[in-house]
Amino acid sequence: MLYQSFDQIKSDLTASKISVEKLVNHYLSQIELKNSELNAFLEVYADEAKQQAKAIDHKIQNGEPTGSLAGLVIGLKDNLCYQGHHVSASSKILEGFESQFTATAVQRLLNEDAIVIGRLNCDEFAMGASNENSAYGNVKNAANIQYVPGGSSGGSAVAVQSDMCFAALGSDTGGSIRQPAAFCGQVGAKPTYGKISRWGLLSYASSFDQIGAITHTVTDNAMLTELMAGYDENDATSSQQEVSPYLPLQNMDRKLKIAYIGDCLNHEGMDAEIKEKTLELISDLKTKGHTLTEIDFPYLDQMVPCYYVLTTAEASSNLARYSGLTFGYRSSNSTDLESTFTLSRTEGFGPEVKRRIMLGTFVLSSNHYDAYYTKAQKVRQIIKQKTDDILKEFDFILLPTTSTPAFKIGEKSANPIAMYLADLFTVQAPLAGNPAISIPLSTHSIDNMPFGIQLIAARHDEKGMFEMAKYLEDIIQ
Amino acid sequence: MRISIGYIVNLRTLKMPVEDYQAVIGLEIHAQLQTKSKAFCPDATEYGMMPNTQVSPISLGHPGTLPKHNKSAVEYAVMMGLALDCDIREHNQYARKNYFYADLPKGYQITQDKTPICTNGAVDIITDGVKKRISLTRIHMEEDSGKSMHDQDIYDTLVDYNRAGTPLIEIVTEPEIRSGDEAYQFITEVRKLVRYLGICDGNMEEGSLRCDANISIMKKGTEVFGTKVEVKNMNSMSNVKRAIQFEIKRQADLLDQGETFISETRGFNPLDGSTFSMRAKEMANDYRYFPEPDLPPLIISDDWKNEIQSKMPMLPKAVSKKLREEMKLPEYDVEVISEDKQIAEYFLRIAEHTNNYKAAANWVMGSIKSYLNENAIPIERFEISPKAIAELILLIDDGKLSNSSAAQNVFPALAKNPNKDVLSLAQELNVIQTSDTDFIGGLIEAAFNKFPDKVEAYKNGKTNLLGLFVGEVMRGSQGKADPKVVNEEIRKRLD
Repeated sequence: MLYQSFDQIKSDLTASKISVEKLVNHYLSQIELKNSELNAFLEVYADEAKQQAKAIDHKIQNGEPTGSLAGLVIGLKDNLCYQGHHVSASSKILEGFESQFTATAVQRLLNEDAIVIGRLNCDEFAMGASNENSAYGNVKNAANIQYVPGGSSGGSAVAVQSDMCFAALGSDTGGSIRQPAAFCGQVGAKPTYGKISRWGLLSYASSFDQIGAITHTVTDNAMLTELMAGYDENDATSSQQEVSPYLPLQNMDRKLKIAYIGDCLNHEGMDAEIKEKTLELISDLKTKGHTLTEIDFPYLDQMVPCYYVLTTAEASSNLARYSGLTFGYRSSNSTDLESTFTLSRTEGFGPEVKRRIMLGTFVLSSNHYDAYYTKAQKVRQIIKQKTDDILKEFDFILLPTTSTPAFKIGEKSANPIAMYLADLFTVQAPLAGNPAISIPLSTHSIDNMPFGIQLIAARHDEKGMFEMAKYLEDIIQ
Repeated sequence: MRISIGYIVNLRTLKMPVEDYQAVIGLEIHAQLQTKSKAFCPDATEYGMMPNTQVSPISLGHPGTLPKHNKSAVEYAVMMGLALDCDIREHNQYARKNYFYADLPKGYQITQDKTPICTNGAVDIITDGVKKRISLTRIHMEEDSGKSMHDQDIYDTLVDYNRAGTPLIEIVTEPEIRSGDEAYQFITEVRKLVRYLGICDGNMEEGSLRCDANISIMKKGTEVFGTKVEVKNMNSMSNVKRAIQFEIKRQADLLDQGETFISETRGFNPLDGSTFSMRAKEMANDYRYFPEPDLPPLIISDDWKNEIQSKMPMLPKAVSKKLREEMKLPEYDVEVISEDKQIAEYFLRIAEHTNNYKAAANWVMGSIKSYLNENAIPIERFEISPKAIAELILLIDDGKLSNSSAAQNVFPALAKNPNKDVLSLAQELNVIQTSDTDFIGGLIEAAFNKFPDKVEAYKNGKTNLLGLFVGEVMRGSQGKADPKVVNEEIRKRLD
């Protein structure tokens, strides 16, 4: 690993110990070395990145001002728009499609001289927990290539994990940043719903989707999140709340009230080692004088079904635009309008996407709407209310990011329900719209696979969340 | 019902006439709002541009794009609601209506489902002198689709997405309309109103105002509703009327023959006025409406509502009232003038300069309308100023100009030279009348001298000879004498 923190990069750039071009070349060589096996990058913008690096180096040499992210090399999940570049959501249906505009979150980083080195593999349309649902092949966990990296931002997590770029952007709908970050031993954060504009993010489930970053450290994650956050007129759901600076992260010198959910730790699917490490951390925090309280949250078994009803409902509509008509893949076998729709979609979408479109169409159909969609909306409201109630009483909710460490490639792909349960601990935050972060907790005795610990904070308390995460990061190390 | 006994039963005589049925009609009117940009993105909305030039990644539904609210479109919808005495909803949620079609780029239409912006309200219509109030169910906001063109290419249907995303309001009536004539009057009122408000050009031929009709019939005196048929694609008000009349007759004939028919969507053929089956309602899509998650709820506060109210122009009802009650115009004049917003505005501007409202109304309905018709121009392009018309009226009232020379000489000349002063133009044309009694007196004396026997006859009681003297004096004055003064002066001398 060349660099673990952006502070090191900045000070080495200032001291001329390294140039941006050398940094880019380093990451390019890592990609050259590792990507054919890990399959994290779908496309690498080598020449472009080198040119941008030279331009920034030139500015540094001439003493001209540079953006705050000069020297930061990032990868983009393949569901983020970058003008003039392909974006496919790892789906055949967007084969060859080039975006005509740049996502607001990406643009805000580009404005600070970040360099985009390539686009990253993911589960097709961000639907999956193992990155096995990509039309361009699965991504492998760099800790052990027999294991999945998690999903859907699996490429993003692995690219950072394997030093193929310094940081990566992902999107989180039900855990798609935090779960792969945990499986790959990285830091992954999902901000409050509406914190970062979704303009330029290919929608999976509009009322859940959030862009976020995967990084080595909490501080760098806070830095990127802060820069991306804030109102954008192009996204009517983006929050108008002002973003106060997160950095520098203040020390947690006050005594905290933290809730941990007993129902999670005692869940039948809970891995014993993850439980043990989590309890160790809890008692560690107690000895440091913080109040840790086990609370009931008896909605665990309702959360995943509720999440899947609502997200698939939205997805079935969001993905209707991929029809083979004005952009993207069109079946060469189509003969009329009807066959253009059916064949293009049949040939263009993978099985998991089709499954979710079917499910979403079903739950929205007039005969089933109330039994599923309306009910799930009510459940979501309850979960939001209960989460709010907890966070009125406590500063944070602490829980494992996942109930198990990364599983083996192919292990769950035949059983969609088992795969959906991989989201068990990560869906609460997006259901309630709260920010959450996963940081590495430990590695498992089986094959040394990493796993993480998760913090859920009150809506718009990203600053508090990052400060607490930094505090935990220091304790864990 | 007459049944001939003892003869072969004639089916025609068994047939129940259409009059035995009651038609139950509800209308759905789509009005394209004349906002500068589309409903949920900044694309322009101008009509008649080259196909697919007013599009963007948003209106084409490109991945990663999101909709945003258009304030003007909302304000227009509120205006319409306020003008029709609707309740305006404070908390508005958009919804998605999901279906696949070539002209629907996103695969769903953004519309309103459970929370329409306006509910209740009504439109007053007059059909054959009978007043009736048609209740509205709702008005909701939505976006238009693109346009599939089936007649531009021999093999393929071509799609123009310029219209995709244009803001619409859909006005839905209760099934209270009973005839094609009532439907015609209803659309007339709606069109008048949208034009007054300036929110839609009301052009049915270009499709900026569109009407679908739900038609069923039931036997008079019963309460069992008949099978409902929806007729679409009627691109003029008279076609709506024709389609409804055809459909009532068709349904009545079928029922008379003891046949049943299905609930379906039918098209209209303007060539022969018939309707034809398009698709059965049983095949109808399940549109899977659900709240649009990309748009947060739209809140219409009382303050905003009041602000919109204050920006609203005078409405046809208020104009009619003013014409009828303040200006005491006859009902016919009130109707003709208030029919069109621009005509009404022109009239009201004349009325700012004269109190002779009836004369102003006559000018507008007479010479001005004829001129507009002959030259095929709208009143917006009529160059004679309302003030000049008022000056003409004043010259007539002062006896300086005769009605006929005003209409036949001065008005046409003014149309050619709209900036010219009215009086000097009349003088140039030598049509200013005189009331100079010396001048007139001389002419009268001349006339008396010419017909001494007639003067004698008049004095002996043949008073109808007055016209002869007046005509003689007017001729002598070459039309410049004020006939009123001439009349008086002759009488003064003879009576």
